[in-house]
Amino acid sequence: MSTTTLDEQAPPAVGAPAAAVRPRRAGRKRLGPGRPVPYGWAIGPLLLLALWAAGSGLGLVDARSLPAPWTIAGTAADLIDSGKLQSHLATSGQRALLGLLFGVAAGLLLALVSGLSRLGEAVIDGPVQIKRAIPSLALIPLLILWFGIGETMKVITIALGVFVPVYIHTHNGLRTIDNRYAELAETVRLGRLAFVRHVVLPGALPGFLLGMRFAVTAAWLALVVVEQVNATSGIGYMMELARTYGQTDVIIVGLVVYGLLGLVSDALVRLVERRTLTWRRTLAG
Amino acid sequence: MATHTGGLTKTEGHATVRIENLVRSFGERRVLDGLDLSIAPGEFVALLGRSGSGKSTLLRALARLDHEVAGGGELTAPDHVSVVFQDARLLPWKRLLDNVVLGLDGPSARERGTAALAEVGLAGRERAWPVELSGGEQQRVSLARSLVREPQLLLADEPFGALDALTRIRMHALLRRLCERHRPAVLLVTHDVDEAIALADRVVVLDRGRIAADLPVDLPAPRRGGSAEYAALRGRLLARLGVDLVEEDNAA
Repeated sequence: MSTTTLDEQAPPAVGAPAAAVRPRRAGRKRLGPGRPVPYGWAIGPLLLLALWAAGSGLGLVDARSLPAPWTIAGTAADLIDSGKLQSHLATSGQRALLGLLFGVAAGLLLALVSGLSRLGEAVIDGPVQIKRAIPSLALIPLLILWFGIGETMKVITIALGVFVPVYIHTHNGLRTIDNRYAELAETVRLGRLAFVRHVVLPGALPGFLLGMRFAVTAAWLALVVVEQVNATSGIGYMMELARTYGQTDVIIVGLVVYGLLGLVSDALVRLVERRTLTWRRTLAG
Repeated sequence: MATHTGGLTKTEGHATVRIENLVRSFGERRVLDGLDLSIAPGEFVALLGRSGSGKSTLLRALARLDHEVAGGGELTAPDHVSVVFQDARLLPWKRLLDNVVLGLDGPSARERGTAALAEVGLAGRERAWPVELSGGEQQRVSLARSLVREPQLLLADEPFGALDALTRIRMHALLRRLCERHRPAVLLVTHDVDEAIALADRVVVLDRGRIAADLPVDLPAPRRGGSAEYAALRGRLLARLGVDLVEEDNAA
């Protein structure tokens, strides 16, 4: 262990013999980042949590600005015990899911029509690109005038945010299907429907799933906004109400819930990706 | 020399492919310029030509893949045509068997597909993904996909061009065996003179959009280089392709 064979340039150990036996790795230095750290993804967040806990524990952080982690945990437990958190979460979940459902359906349908026919593209693609340039949230005043402040407006706002990424990525997936496959389909005499089923849809699936990942994020984003503008239930409403009473802990519970929802839904889409795109993954892993 | 431009001298009775005065143009350029060719049922024809001589254009015309190409002339091809492309062109999202039976229906399709995979030496690999196969194996699946349709005409566009030399020799033997069993008429596009002689009953040379030479290959079964007849045929074909062997030898 104490042998350092290639260590010719090491400074002579003067008065500190322990320094001389420090083992040094022979050879060239590795330039790449090296092997991944086990559970590396958790280190940053845990470190942050530890800092926060230390700050609160030592009284460095004002509890009115940022309550201690244990206070937040307690508040969350209270909210769950009283059933408030579940009921708000159910409302929010329903809105997001409905908006996602309609948005994905619309995006997929429009992408198919526009991707499979030149006429469809001429009619659909332009308006969608224009819609893309207008933030969905900027449409809220108009949507309120049209649909009132009820659930319809909320679901439509979410759907409008969702359909754009689904459309863009599915359409791109359709357009980038290799023309050689279309030729092949002709030579084996696939009909129009069989061509769509065997070539177009599976070929566009990776694009669609990428769009889904953006869509899920867009749905939660739109949800936050519609729930804080005018609502009487939902996680966003719960946070908005907490603001008027100065309940920082409840606001933070809401933020944590939003974060978890985003993480879980993204993980779900990635799981679906892994399951359905096995034909691509065989080499990667 | 058996050179002719009539195209019909070889065929007795009903030809599988009959082409008369075929013209195909891309803009100003006439790629096929009054081409005549006919192929008898079960006949294996190799089509040689330099790049740009119109080989692929002719093959695409026969496969009816030239939708927006200007041209004219008579072209009679059978209903059941299969194409083997230079790339195996398997759908990456379909398992091998699903690739083989793509577009086939009926209860026996999968059985026939399994049999076709076995025929090309890939029995038991029905559920593998294309990405798991080597280039030669992928091309064998593509052969199985073509032959399971029992075509009257098999069109092959440099099918072994992307394979290494050893795999190519094995594929030659396989193709020969499959064609003897299924007896389709074959049009094999290639730029490899030795491949053409090794496989075909007849070699056709395409030059500037017309048939420049049409030679039968009457060599005994193991067609290896070395025999005088082989060398003579090879020399004649190369000369038609613009390669002068004498010059080539002097240079070497």
